[in-house]
Amino acid sequence: MTHDTTVKATGSSPGTRSGTEIRLDHVTKDYGLEAPAVDDISLTIEPGEFMTLLGPSGSGKTTTLNLIAGFETLTAGTIVLNGADVSNVPPHRRNLGMLFQHYALFPHMTVAQNVAYPLRERRADKREIARKVAEVLELVQLTGRDDHHPAQLSGGQQQRVALARAIVFEPRALLLDEPLGALDRNLRSALQVEIRRIHREVGSTFVFVTHDQEEALNLSDRIALFNSGHIEQVGTPQQLYAEPETLFTARFLGDSNVFELGQAALDENLTWDGETWGIDPGTVAAHPGVRTRSAIVVRPEDVEVVNRLDEVPAGANAVRATVRDVEYMGAYRTLLLTMGERRLPGRARVSALHGDHAVGDDLVAWWRPRAQRIVAA
Amino acid sequence: MSSNKMRLSGWPLLLPALALLAGILLVPLGRTLLDSVSEPTWTLKNYENIFTDGVTLTVLGRTVMIAAAVTAAALLIGYPYAYLMTRVSPRARGILLVIVLIPFWTSVMARNFAWIIILQNGGPVQKVFALLGADHVVLYGTSAGVTIAMTQVMLPFMVLPLFSTLGSIDRRLLLAARGLGSSPTAAFWKVFFPLSRGGVVAGVILVFTLSLGFYVTPALLGSPQQSLVAQLLAQRTTQLLDFAAAGALGMVVLIVTLVLVAWANRMGGTMSAIGVVATSRTKDR
Repeated sequence: MTHDTTVKATGSSPGTRSGTEIRLDHVTKDYGLEAPAVDDISLTIEPGEFMTLLGPSGSGKTTTLNLIAGFETLTAGTIVLNGADVSNVPPHRRNLGMLFQHYALFPHMTVAQNVAYPLRERRADKREIARKVAEVLELVQLTGRDDHHPAQLSGGQQQRVALARAIVFEPRALLLDEPLGALDRNLRSALQVEIRRIHREVGSTFVFVTHDQEEALNLSDRIALFNSGHIEQVGTPQQLYAEPETLFTARFLGDSNVFELGQAALDENLTWDGETWGIDPGTVAAHPGVRTRSAIVVRPEDVEVVNRLDEVPAGANAVRATVRDVEYMGAYRTLLLTMGERRLPGRARVSALHGDHAVGDDLVAWWRPRAQRIVAA
Repeated sequence: MSSNKMRLSGWPLLLPALALLAGILLVPLGRTLLDSVSEPTWTLKNYENIFTDGVTLTVLGRTVMIAAAVTAAALLIGYPYAYLMTRVSPRARGILLVIVLIPFWTSVMARNFAWIIILQNGGPVQKVFALLGADHVVLYGTSAGVTIAMTQVMLPFMVLPLFSTLGSIDRRLLLAARGLGSSPTAAFWKVFFPLSRGGVVAGVILVFTLSLGFYVTPALLGSPQQSLVAQLLAQRTTQLLDFAAAGALGMVVLIVTLVLVAWANRMGGTMSAIGVVATSRTKDR
């Protein structure tokens, strides 16, 4: 058993391999229900990128992954891998690795046989198979479990075996369908770290499906946020969190205070519920929908609270609020507020040093115009 | 702990079943065994005769051959049928199930007489063969006719265990295999079929053991020149009144069956290593 780790990091190892570009061009999948499951999606996933398809259940993200894998047939559009149209190529000829939430390990095979499966299907020679299986089991830290059956392993170990099996044949890309969904919280974050490390070491394109925003923010190079069959926004985790284009994006990622504007002239100032607020032009979303229906979004951590209106700094936007509840979070507190005449629910995150606020206290919430974001609603 | 207590306190519930088993199985079986080695005196002559009288061994061999043929035919027909049952809508599945069960619920005698009409000389099967240019295909009174009729009688015993096994296989594993580079055919043979082995073994054992002792169909459809073990047993007990010889033959058939069940158990043992409760015992070096 001689595994030279330096050879592994370079050599035949995937680290040097450049990833595959995956291009979806006007992809549609219609099951004949009221609305298509995937409706005219175009998306280019860069070589070696960690792309997450994020969205609520039924938003089309898993269908999109299955279309890439070839498990579903396209209704319209094309799927192109590194320039080659694979729209009509059956799944076993696409050479993509797939990881499922339910592991999908073959129960009648040992760990080693499971991992060797894709290599045997490719008629690799015996010694080559043995070498690669040992190598990849070391990569997922499961050396010595070769002869176990899947049923003898924990959920986390089973998913590691599935991961080893999905990457051992050096697929053009790895598709991950909520692979951590069946695991408990601690195991989940441990495996997140693992998956990120393996992405770095293997260097191939990863397409990761999840409905968990934290997982998406934590793992991805870029996120494509899905909403009822179309892509709401594509961008880095920072972009999606700090510069949402739509209300859906703002609400899906993190908490927000939302002030709906309807159709508003987004000039220097606008009026909301009797308050006059300033606008920073840089915070207006590029989304065309913002012209017809918009909303102001402010993150709770950007909201400050003071007791009187005259304590609000000049140039800040302010609204009267009443404390509905206080959530103590250790380092900070979250004030649950009722804001303005319309009694909108809101949130402000304040430092624990900030002093006490009791339920029922009247105060003033304020933020800088550049901390707010005006999105399409 | 609580389950242990329940096990201990619950055992009197088994008494009626144990009494029944002792009364109608163990005692007569013991008696048969005893008679087979003690009639007319303490001797193994009855067993020796089986291998030396020139008839019994032939009949035994023929019985095993026909039972094997019936089992193979039932498996070849039953597996695709059971597979189809797992793939269609619940409604169609119900219909397919009823098609299997209706003959099962029909009297064996009625079915055998139906087969006589179908297979007899001048019957529909012979006419169909004649149309195809094969004259004088005789099935009534032959081992082939017996095999055909027995296969139909035995089919439910193959289809039902297969259906329950095939239906419980996780089809997502096939998708996984496709993703790993298997064609649909390869995925079936490397993943689905091995996982169906439990059902195959169960069906094979049921059909084979039942076929070994089958009496009615060979008696009605076969010929006396091509009799099977059950007919031989009937002849020795009801006509020759040679209970000792019949007992010895019965014991031999029983041993053949037990060997088969032991083999099935070993296959089953392999199956449990696959199952959820895998024991390290099977993997000890």
